[in-house]
Amino acid sequence: MKTKALIPLGLFAVLVVFLAIGLTRDPREIPSPLIGKPAPLFTAPRLQLPDQQFSAKDMLGKVWILNTWASWCVACRQEHPILMEFAKTKTLPVIGLDYKDQNAEGLKWLARFGDPYDLSITDRDGRIGIDFGVYGVPESFLIDKAGVIRYKQIGPVTEEALRDKILPLVAELQK
Amino acid sequence: MKYWLALILALQCALSTYAGEAIALAEDPVVEQRMIAISEELRCLVCQNESLAGSRADLAMDLRRELRTLIKANKTDAEIMEYMVSRYGDFVRYRPPVKPLTWMLWFGPFLLLIGAIVVLVRLVRRNQRSAAPPALDANQRKLAQSLLKDTELPS
Repeated sequence: MKTKALIPLGLFAVLVVFLAIGLTRDPREIPSPLIGKPAPLFTAPRLQLPDQQFSAKDMLGKVWILNTWASWCVACRQEHPILMEFAKTKTLPVIGLDYKDQNAEGLKWLARFGDPYDLSITDRDGRIGIDFGVYGVPESFLIDKAGVIRYKQIGPVTEEALRDKILPLVAELQK
Repeated sequence: MKYWLALILALQCALSTYAGEAIALAEDPVVEQRMIAISEELRCLVCQNESLAGSRADLAMDLRRELRTLIKANKTDAEIMEYMVSRYGDFVRYRPPVKPLTWMLWFGPFLLLIGAIVVLVRLVRRNQRSAAPPALDANQRKLAQSLLKDTELPS
């Protein structure tokens, strides 16, 4: 009899565990189906030199990061100092994708806060963003030598993400 | 020069927003109808409780533009779905496909229902059994009869 009375309590405990796990997860983080798949081979005009085209093909053979940003993006300011510090280490090329932005605004933003990118490219109408499954800036993609997306950071790059996830993966991929 | 550029950009902005508003009603109604039918099956990634058809988020507008382009390129509904799922995952669909990962999602509620019915049936059966009057042994019967003898039954 006594053990039976504990059944509802047990069920409740299971429910609490499920809800507790649910609370720790961010519903805005949608797992990307592109991880482990080849990154789209796009070409795009460069922000500083709009007459020149950047081609993702040129990056084959290198491990690199594509970081989406925009002058209108508030969360980008949060990750910006971290990217600036990271750029100093010269670990790998970081390409900035100025997403749905005006060129002039983008350039002004870089002049004001500093430019952590090896180069920036523009995506005025957001088509490249869509091909990468971007749904909110900032998002960053770690791409390996074969051009395969290995990791996606949704939201700002944090120091923890850089230290615990991105850098160990980079070290492994650069071997 | 700078002012001219600014003026052109400003005009372009004004014109493009104007065109954006107008497209939804004026352009090819057949394309528009198909686009709406498809986008109602799709989730807006920005405001996750809204369909792509109903959302006014920037990304939703861009994605509707892409859908229109795909429809005009004579893509089938399945190809368009594949286009969206390959970029945003199954999450983008309001009706996720049935596969091992989503079995719990599709069949979990029915499992719970079956479980609940089994528990209910067992409880009801047990109650029925215990509701049957317990048999009296000889002594109890005698006692009952002696008690009943003195009682006047209500007429």
